[in-house]
Amino acid sequence: MTDVVVLEEQPAARPPRTPRVVTDVPTQADRVFDRVTLSAGIFVLVLLGCVGMFLLLRSRPAFDESGIFGFLSRSEWRTDVQPQRIGVLGLLFGTVVVATIAILIAVPLGVFTALFIQEYASPRVRRILSGLVDLLAAVPGLIFGLWGFLYVSPQLVPLSRWLTRNLGWIPIFKTDQNAALVNSMFIAGVVVSLMIVPIIAAVSREVFAQTPPGEKEAALALGSTRWGMIRTVVLPYGKGGIIGGSMLGFGRALGETIVVVLLLPQVPQITGHVLQNCCATISGFIAVRAGGDRFTVSGLMAAGLVLFLITLAVNMIASTIVSRSRSGSGVEL
Amino acid sequence: MTPTRSPRRPRELTPLDLGISVACLVSAIAVCWLFFVQLTGGIGWFGFALAVFGVYLGLLYVVTSDRSGSHVAADRVMTAVVTLFAFAVFVPLVLVIGYVVAKGLPALSFHFFLQDQGGITPSQPGSAGGGAHAIVGTLEQVGLALLLSLPLGLAVAIFLNESRSKWRRPVRIFVDAMSGLPSIVAGLFIYAVLILPYAQKVHLLSFNGFMASLALSLTMLPTIARPVEVVLRLVPAGLREGSLALGSSRAKTVWSVVLPTARTGIATAVVLAIARVVGETAPLILTAFGFDLMNANPFSGPQESLPLFVFQNIRKPSVATISRGYAGALALLIVVLFLFVIARVIGRDRSVRPPRRRRRVVASEGVVA
Repeated sequence: MTDVVVLEEQPAARPPRTPRVVTDVPTQADRVFDRVTLSAGIFVLVLLGCVGMFLLLRSRPAFDESGIFGFLSRSEWRTDVQPQRIGVLGLLFGTVVVATIAILIAVPLGVFTALFIQEYASPRVRRILSGLVDLLAAVPGLIFGLWGFLYVSPQLVPLSRWLTRNLGWIPIFKTDQNAALVNSMFIAGVVVSLMIVPIIAAVSREVFAQTPPGEKEAALALGSTRWGMIRTVVLPYGKGGIIGGSMLGFGRALGETIVVVLLLPQVPQITGHVLQNCCATISGFIAVRAGGDRFTVSGLMAAGLVLFLITLAVNMIASTIVSRSRSGSGVEL
Repeated sequence: MTPTRSPRRPRELTPLDLGISVACLVSAIAVCWLFFVQLTGGIGWFGFALAVFGVYLGLLYVVTSDRSGSHVAADRVMTAVVTLFAFAVFVPLVLVIGYVVAKGLPALSFHFFLQDQGGITPSQPGSAGGGAHAIVGTLEQVGLALLLSLPLGLAVAIFLNESRSKWRRPVRIFVDAMSGLPSIVAGLFIYAVLILPYAQKVHLLSFNGFMASLALSLTMLPTIARPVEVVLRLVPAGLREGSLALGSSRAKTVWSVVLPTARTGIATAVVLAIARVVGETAPLILTAFGFDLMNANPFSGPQESLPLFVFQNIRKPSVATISRGYAGALALLIVVLFLFVIARVIGRDRSVRPPRRRRRVVASEGVVA
């Protein structure tokens, strides 16, 4: 039952002692322990490798049909014509636009919430608010989707209508004549933003909490206001955490499915008119079309692979940024 | 000329400040009403609130910088921005929960928990039939997923934190990558690899609850492994070293020192992972498929689940089915909130308690005396 530490016996006479060699002789239990945990770790490697490999293998027919480049650069998805023409660009466009709108709304909300909790609130309020942020993170996407679909969408239409009527000369606010304004990418982005605020707020809060108190006090002692202190000390210190948290939120927004299935018509299209009813995202399109024939499914697998690789890249960059930054080295994502 | 200016703290709000703030708000509302409601024909309550907020901040900045300079003005305005944004985050939370409760309560009756949708047509009122089949399905699928991913997740977390293997780095990267795997892709993977090719030949590999739990456990594994690893890292190194110095093996140390110390943290992480997976809808569309009748066997035939029940009912165009969807959503929300509260109670900081206990001791002594 014991770890045996073997000391190499040294002849007492020799002055320059070689460092002693410590060897670890594992017990039976240790060997089993090592083997079990190692195999669990390897299993995860193999599992994810399988996911990637099977996505690649099963998406072969789609790539064969149009070539990898053709699949990536074509925006239409037609399986009703011969030969079938499918491409991921239209889906990718919708995915990125919705996630971008979501992140534009969620970053100020999340960062200011974190600032309020960390710098403005009293300890009591701080506890309540951070509990509420966790609660917001626990509400299922389905509930947000249902609420967005049946309640938010009609409520936001007057805002969209006002924007397009009065600011329609700005390209992103333009819409087609008499286009429906419910269930637009803008509205989907608003609903998705609510789901990623918690992660941005949580990561930002962790880095803000690690700001050295000495630097904050120095700023205040030099006569800065509270906002001046935040602007010159807290925000620069937490920059890495804010950027990394935002990218994590972006990754989550890219993969969000149910909200976009309920809110968007899921017809792939590339348009700058974000206020009108249109477009599709990769995840939503997969959910809607998965019952199709083998060729459709292979196309969906290819689209899923693209989504997987993009979220993977975004997440990896995010965690690298956080862990490399001055503030985030001890932060767990 | 100005002999005794009394010093004031920068954060202090005088009645004059409050007066200015209220005056700015009132004039912002008036301006926005004139501009948006009278001149340009309606912007909706949400847009109106947004516009009022913007105009209010502008007015506040102008007035304060006129009185006390731009530094103070920037501080005031940013205080208003930060405070309002922080509370704006919780408005949707209240609205979501309130909306689901208000819409779901009329349709949620006791027999929702006892009946399935057998023989129910869309023309019957929303309170007819129930979601018992969905609740049973959710329990079985999430339970099976937990059974698959809990031991594996714990083992991976222990591997990442307690072993000395050179494989730790790649495994950590892959677990990170897995937590970024969109849940719909997990469902698609199970669908395309197991269900699509083998459904005709192997009965187990067709649409059923077990396939759903496989897909769910793919998303559940990293949500257990990552937080548990963080909790394990919080166990003081001194405890580990003490155990090893007393001569116990590493396996024994993990089993009787590290895991018991991290018990509450692990329990919290696991309950939160369950709460997240219970509401997962996307992978179920492609695996459990959904079914209107009670199917208590997760290994055979399509099975309903609570999220799926909600998702499919609210997409139908009939008022009665939508109200059934609301009832299901309320049931789902209750389950999630219940799990959340459990996680909170388990994870409550133990160090907060002793004062209360001491007070109780004092009280009992008083009774004795």
